Amino acid sequence: MTTRGLRRHLTSGFMTGLVALLSFLAVVSLLLILGDLVAKGASSLDWNFFTQNPVPAGQSGGGVANAIVGTLIIVGLAALIGLPVGIGTGLYLAEYGSGRLGWVVRFVADVMNGTPSIVIGIFAWTWLVRPWHFSALAGAVSLAILMVPMIARTTEEMVRLVPHSLREAALALGYPRWRTSLRIVARTALAGIVTGCLVGVARIAGETAPLLFTALGNLNFSTSILQPMQTLSLQIFTYATGPFDEWHRLAWAAALVLMGLVLLLGVAARWAIRQRDGTAR
Amino acid sequence: MRLRGGFFLSMPGCYRSVTDVAYVSRGMTTLPIDPLATPGAVDAPAPRPRWRTLRGANVGDRLYRGALTALAVVLPLLLLTLLAELVVSAWPAIKQFGLPFVWSSVWDPVAGVFGAAPMIFGTLASSLLALCIAVPLALGVAIYISEFAPKWIRQPIAFLVELLAAIPSVVYGLWGVFVLIPFLRTWVVPPLRATLGWTPLFSGVFYGSSLLAGAIILAIMIVPYIAAVAREVLLAVPASQREAALGMGATRWEAVWTAVVPYGRAGLIGAVILGLGRALGETMAVTMVIGNRHDIGLSVLQPAYTMAAALANEFSEATTDIYLSALFEVGLILFVVTVVVNALARVLIWQVARGTAVGSRAL
Repeated sequence: MTTRGLRRHLTSGFMTGLVALLSFLAVVSLLLILGDLVAKGASSLDWNFFTQNPVPAGQSGGGVANAIVGTLIIVGLAALIGLPVGIGTGLYLAEYGSGRLGWVVRFVADVMNGTPSIVIGIFAWTWLVRPWHFSALAGAVSLAILMVPMIARTTEEMVRLVPHSLREAALALGYPRWRTSLRIVARTALAGIVTGCLVGVARIAGETAPLLFTALGNLNFSTSILQPMQTLSLQIFTYATGPFDEWHRLAWAAALVLMGLVLLLGVAARWAIRQRDGTAR
Repeated sequence: MRLRGGFFLSMPGCYRSVTDVAYVSRGMTTLPIDPLATPGAVDAPAPRPRWRTLRGANVGDRLYRGALTALAVVLPLLLLTLLAELVVSAWPAIKQFGLPFVWSSVWDPVAGVFGAAPMIFGTLASSLLALCIAVPLALGVAIYISEFAPKWIRQPIAFLVELLAAIPSVVYGLWGVFVLIPFLRTWVVPPLRATLGWTPLFSGVFYGSSLLAGAIILAIMIVPYIAAVAREVLLAVPASQREAALGMGATRWEAVWTAVVPYGRAGLIGAVILGLGRALGETMAVTMVIGNRHDIGLSVLQPAYTMAAALANEFSEATTDIYLSALFEVGLILFVVTVVVNALARVLIWQVARGTAVGSRAL
């Protein structure tokens, strides 16, 4: 082999090693973060943590029961508002989205997908907080707005994956278009749509920025959606930026719980998409 | 499925295209004229085009389409309202401070004088610095997964890197405050200052919260986005590109670097710009580690501020109308900048895989 050929092969080997190393670094950073979460958070997870409300600053003990319940309520409410709109928009894009309106909606969805969540938070504030007051509902609305474009685009892609022959078969048998769309097409794509929804919910579950001045946070246990409400993400922010060691300990534990919730939704999403290969068609 | 009585439609060629079948439905038999009965039907007294007639025949279809359209219109309307709401609320500040708002660095809520230059600078500086760290990392991941990695390891790596995107922003912030900053303080900053302390980039006292910490956190956060889109772009490059390069005697790396990467260049740049868009608007993690100081400093070791962080910190504290309005203007600038950046990224990505919108699924 000539020197030049050797050099070229060495470069190739070196660069292969380099990109492998970079991938390794990216994976390591993930493992480091997850490892720290478990190492610093797991020891604080006890019965009290899940069942008690926060205690006044300076005292030890207490838990985040109100934040866990608040997260579930706000995320559930956001899903209730956001999922129908998102799925409907996605179905529209897949079924009728070839015209000009389809193009506009698709473009707007992509643009809003990249909009900073804090800007959405301000928007929800002008709508629901400025004329009224801080409430869990305002927080849920801001999360729903974040969710819609994401779910619309995944629903569209999933529906588009349905083979055209299925649609033709249904139409040829005399199904009207709306029933074909709902009972044949959407049903075939159901696993994919569910996955998209779960991923969407997982992404908003950890959002903090849009909740800062909508749901605001609440030291007490509250289930009224018209009142300020605490969520895990807000709790982590407050505790992490506060001065007390006790708070920091609780912040790590709350972060571990939040991460667990998000991962659970992610695993459910993977499981749902796997069902598609098994059952449909 | 049960066929309904009186139903018929089995003649081929009676519809223009597959999708038009949809217009033919149950209601059809109630039409006064059967448009397909005889060849003479073409001259039959039919005042309207026949498919238009048929389209209107099924109430269910019309309702369905109407309902979906109503839902689909929500999103564009939201965007318009959002923009209008921001402009209207920011108007007093726009009128009072004019264009100098963008380059003035006075931020005095008490005197009611506002200029957003430090935040705009901080936003750009932290995002660009983050890109410098994230782009090699993300492109490395994408190239490794799509070109070099053994088959069995591709999926796990892709999954783990995507998992980085699942970590909530506030958790990144927590990790940044309690793990990254102490690490920087002990292991990274002292050698940096010893070797490069004489340059303005690394001068000054290191308190912990700093531009550097913010940029590193941002970099980790945007790696999965850039890597996912870049990977899809590389996978969309035709195999013939690689084969041609390899066939001419290129090494594997040369094939990637001279044939695959240039082919997907537009898409890769799009992926990077998409990452930039993410970084510009990222709020919580940055707010927690960047130090939140209204100041333009060259040193990466000193605290800085970003537009998103300013909104997060000050929005609920804004006591005067003009203060609030100035914050709205900051929000408006942030919004417009991210929209422009994202639109640019979309156009570039679409160029690589026209029509199939590679990358949109990864987001």
